[in-house]
Amino acid sequence: MKELIAKAAGLLESNTVQVVIGYGQGSADRSRAIFITQPSDCEQLIFDSRCIQNLAVYLTKAEIKKMGKPAIVASIPVLRSIVQLAAENQLTNDSLVVLGVSPESQLVEFESLAAIESYLESHKIEIDEKYRKIIEDIKAKPVAERFAYWVKELEPCFKCYACRAACPLCYCTRCTVENNQPQWISVGSHPLGNLEWHIMRAMHLAGRCTDCEACYTACPMSIPIHLLTKSMLQDVNENFGSYGSSISKPNSLSSFNPDDKESFIR
Amino acid sequence: MNEFEPKIVAFVCNWCTYAGADLTGTSRIKYAQNVKIIRFPCTGRIDFMLLLKAFSEGADGIIVSGCHPNDCHYTSGNFHARRRWITFRGLLDLLGIDVRRIQYSWVSAAEGAKWADIVNTTVTNISELGPYADYAKVANYLEKEANL
Repeated sequence: MKELIAKAAGLLESNTVQVVIGYGQGSADRSRAIFITQPSDCEQLIFDSRCIQNLAVYLTKAEIKKMGKPAIVASIPVLRSIVQLAAENQLTNDSLVVLGVSPESQLVEFESLAAIESYLESHKIEIDEKYRKIIEDIKAKPVAERFAYWVKELEPCFKCYACRAACPLCYCTRCTVENNQPQWISVGSHPLGNLEWHIMRAMHLAGRCTDCEACYTACPMSIPIHLLTKSMLQDVNENFGSYGSSISKPNSLSSFNPDDKESFIR
Repeated sequence: MNEFEPKIVAFVCNWCTYAGADLTGTSRIKYAQNVKIIRFPCTGRIDFMLLLKAFSEGADGIIVSGCHPNDCHYTSGNFHARRRWITFRGLLDLLGIDVRRIQYSWVSAAEGAKWADIVNTTVTNISELGPYADYAKVANYLEKEANL
């Protein structure tokens, strides 16, 4: 941790970056995101098991961009989001400094975004066996039961859009859900509105989601919306053979293979 | 009691299936009248939200159709659409939205007979499945509340 603090302070002192995005002590026993602009404040940086928020979400926010070039404390899920953002031309090598934190809590430095990508080669996305089982179990139900299950699961949703706010990849300045010409998503948080919203959210993350679970963590009602994106991740991997992101290759749903296989088109 | 007549919405591309459906008519081939055809520039333009809108507006079945692979007027629109359909179908299946009610097909401008066949078999299949009551229940939630 001392290493991280020293490195962050050094970056601010040399004016290589103007802000350090990291974790600090929050209220009660929680951690929170902090934005440090003074080298002396770097003492506040912490990193432990509570630091699960995906900080990459701040990289595309206008308020943060205004602060200048950032350095960001990045655990594995954050690194994955950074690579995905780079793949979507949201970041360049010059736009940030990444202070990587390995699963063993060691500081890892990267020369370029491509270096992050090769580092992640040894930390590939994998859907937990537990979740595979849950998804399989849901899919095993009869179709009407499955529908009833999801209508019930989505019922507590009151469309606070915390899932969207927490997601590093939901960076559109104008979201489909706010569009009312046409009104794509029914406005209320009734069964139809909730269903449409969550389908749209999942579809817009298809082939992009890096499985960081920030949406689920942020959900105040603990709705298992990450199951949707996990299931899509599995589908994308099975059909198009690409888990996760790559800077040199377009997203799975922004590209195609003339030989893509399916069995349902007549 | 009246026999159930399914409401089918067809999202088709301008260059192949729409022209194909036109050929069905000029060839004087009779087919089921349950289908409302909506013309799009390309299958790549057919947003998945449109399919959900069709269901929420009361469609019992949906046909999505366009040019065969390699025949897209815009070279690759249908390839992109195919990937979208594959992922969307997986998501709908997980959510318990009946994927049997969405028929995807490739119908070229020369396949008037195939279009008639697609529509007829879809109508038969949807007739067997019955009205899409599950989705209608969700879609009409507010009306029901108002009637209480």
